[in-house]
Amino acid sequence: MFERLLALILVFAPLSLVSLGGGPSIFAEMQRQAVEVHGWLSAWEFNELFAISRAAPGPGSLISALVGWQAAGFLGALVAALALYLPAAGLLLAVGGWWRRRGDSPVRRRIERGLVPVAVGLILAGVLTLMRADGAGVLEYLLLLACTAALLGGASPYLVMLGVALLYAGLLRGGWL
Amino acid sequence: MIGGGAVAQEARLSEILRVFATLGMLSFGGGLSGWIHREVVTKRRWMSEEGFLAGLALSQVLPGPNSVNLALYIGQQLRGLSGAAVAFLGILGPPFLFILALALAYGWGAGVAGVGVVLGGMAVAGLANSLSVAARAGRRLRGVRAWGIVALVFVAVGLLRWPMIPVVLVAIPLSIALSWHEHV
Repeated sequence: MFERLLALILVFAPLSLVSLGGGPSIFAEMQRQAVEVHGWLSAWEFNELFAISRAAPGPGSLISALVGWQAAGFLGALVAALALYLPAAGLLLAVGGWWRRRGDSPVRRRIERGLVPVAVGLILAGVLTLMRADGAGVLEYLLLLACTAALLGGASPYLVMLGVALLYAGLLRGGWL
Repeated sequence: MIGGGAVAQEARLSEILRVFATLGMLSFGGGLSGWIHREVVTKRRWMSEEGFLAGLALSQVLPGPNSVNLALYIGQQLRGLSGAAVAFLGILGPPFLFILALALAYGWGAGVAGVGVVLGGMAVAGLANSLSVAARAGRRLRGVRAWGIVALVFVAVGLLRWPMIPVVLVAIPLSIALSWHEHV
């Protein structure tokens, strides 16, 4: 048991520091380690867990908890998730702490202002990437624009979410999807 | 006050935990930054727009899921290490338990096929939330230079699929240098 947990840490902790942009960048290596190297689960099972992690709230990289669960039960899930998140969290806190200690200053405000267009560009790129990864068609892009317009017009995100859920449930029942 | 600009309110640890625990369960398909922005900047004024966006850029550049990084950043800027700890617990705790429950239910043979399609639609609504953050930030951007940086990053990372890190390593210093002498 202890060796299983140690193995989970040794697999997930290094992946943490290369998980740029979160889960998608490390799924391939995670699958190779869990399926081929350690044999905690079959390739087919991994795909099932992947589908579950897509359907669940939270970051997609929470699939690490499911892999840990398969390898060593609840403790395995906890150890795998913490191993995947804590090293990256430490790095972020180190950078963020340095930033916080600088306080409010003209230099800091200039840097923050310069970061804004980069953040906007990254958001747009991220939206496009995730739409493509989900195999979005014309319906999804129209829906995206309609929801964005509704949100900018002041609609509550909860109502927009509920509206979309009802629309999809209706389309599904009507056999359109 | 974080990062200048808007009035910021003092954030209590229990409040940070509650906000992120609620937000964590809302992120289907990666559109969480829009929800976080709504709670932290628009509704509670814990941070200025610029402070938030700086954190968002940092969250995307460093390893780890963007939403978790952003929660850690906001918690830390507001209340230091304990703020970061409760934000981390809030954003990951509930989804962690939920995904295990879902896997158990799946193992017992509960069908999730139809649910998956509906959740796919809700992911689009989540992305619309992110897009509205970009649109609101975009309204405040002035000048060809700022929009040039937006276009550069979007085309390189989104369309051409270039690796993000080298792109931002060029774009960030360029963007700061181009706007340095404008009035703060």
